[in-house]
Amino acid sequence: MVGVGQFDLDLFFRIIPDLTFGAFITLELTSLSILFGLIIGSIAGLARVSTNKIFFGISTLYVEVIRGTPLLVQILIIYFGLPAIGINLRPEPAGIIALSVCSGAYIAEIVRAGIQSVPLGQMEAARSLGMSYLQAMRWVVFPQAFRNILPALGNEFIALLKDSSLLSVISIVELTRVGRQIVNTTFNAWTPFLGVALFYLMMTIPLSRLVTYSQKRIGTYEMK
Amino acid sequence: MKHLLEISGLYKKFGDHEVLKDINLNVKKGEVVVIIGPSGSGKSTLLRCINRLEEPTAGKIFLDGVDITDRSVDINKVRQRIGMVFQQFNLFTHLTALQNVMLAPLRVKKVKKDEAEKNAIKLLEKVGLGDQTHKYPAQLSGGQQQRVAIARALAMEPEVMLFDEVTSALDPELVKEVLDVMKQLAQDGMTMIVVTHEMGFAREVGDRLIFMDEGVIVEEGEPVEVFRNPKNPRTKKFLGVIL
Repeated sequence: MVGVGQFDLDLFFRIIPDLTFGAFITLELTSLSILFGLIIGSIAGLARVSTNKIFFGISTLYVEVIRGTPLLVQILIIYFGLPAIGINLRPEPAGIIALSVCSGAYIAEIVRAGIQSVPLGQMEAARSLGMSYLQAMRWVVFPQAFRNILPALGNEFIALLKDSSLLSVISIVELTRVGRQIVNTTFNAWTPFLGVALFYLMMTIPLSRLVTYSQKRIGTYEMK
Repeated sequence: MKHLLEISGLYKKFGDHEVLKDINLNVKKGEVVVIIGPSGSGKSTLLRCINRLEEPTAGKIFLDGVDITDRSVDINKVRQRIGMVFQQFNLFTHLTALQNVMLAPLRVKKVKKDEAEKNAIKLLEKVGLGDQTHKYPAQLSGGQQQRVAIARALAMEPEVMLFDEVTSALDPELVKEVLDVMKQLAQDGMTMIVVTHEMGFAREVGDRLIFMDEGVIVEEGEPVEVFRNPKNPRTKKFLGVIL
């Protein structure tokens, strides 16, 4: 075993079930958060291209504040800070809210860029057929924007999956927290943490492959 | 005879720049009005004001007697009655030819899917593209794309069709196939307002020719007459350059 430092293969095999459990929690938290983040981000992204000054102002403030502060601080505020104003959340909901609100801001900017990447003529053609602004967005602009932003959304999902490790500080037992617990009981930091890293890679690498693949598939009809 | 479309005292300003100045124009049902003029003369802006893709600065536009510049008018309802075809086609790139034609009837008029599809196929056949229904815009030539765009506009069964320099972005050999479709449409009795540089089309298909320059209607009349005997010196000059 010395050849790979102190890596304890025996221990690694023993902790696979625990790491798998942690990985599932991580995936669950990330999926829920990206889902809510997509909803928040789509609305905020729409507001960011709106001519309505109030919508634009609020969404811009939201994006700037969230992107300008560390996610860890946002998590701490939501879990430890909100009780001060009477909002007590259990760790999991607090964590999902923090991740959703944070990814929502980044997704808002992705959505904004996506909408602006669709030529104005598409909106005009849709409106000229009698579609309302929202119908034109829903059926014409969004589908094309979505195709354009798919890689960016995939990357956001991957980034969020990695960032979800920060939730370990509010005692959510996700992949990183599982690793720390194992370290605490086995007094071996090398093997569990390498195992944790490996499990993150096993999730992120297929995801980035999936993004590349779907991008190619969706892109085919655009090629001459 | 009552006019289908009445434009009175229409002005459009972009900032300080007055693009349209006191445009008055009446169009009868079934009439084909061709608008010509140098670039920047306001032709396209006039068309875009008619379906309010541009908001007129002043003036009124009546469609079948109803003032469509009125704030209380549901512009989406109005636009369903006014078809538009653009210079750059603006086909929805993520949809096939068939889906392009079906989309608005399906989502706006809430037509049933099989009915919308049947009608879309019929329209694509009408513009000579019955065998291209499942192709995406990128797989079609410019002329084919523009014919799909015409079918898409027709799918809403508009009462008026606006054509905004629809052959200007096409390779010369593709112009005819689009003009032929428009000619057919005119023969079927569609009311059309056509902004174009195709003088042959203007002469052959147009019921009335309008020459615009610097935001005003300088001259109008029967196409053959205007071409043969333009009265205004500006018309003369323009036709001298172009013919």
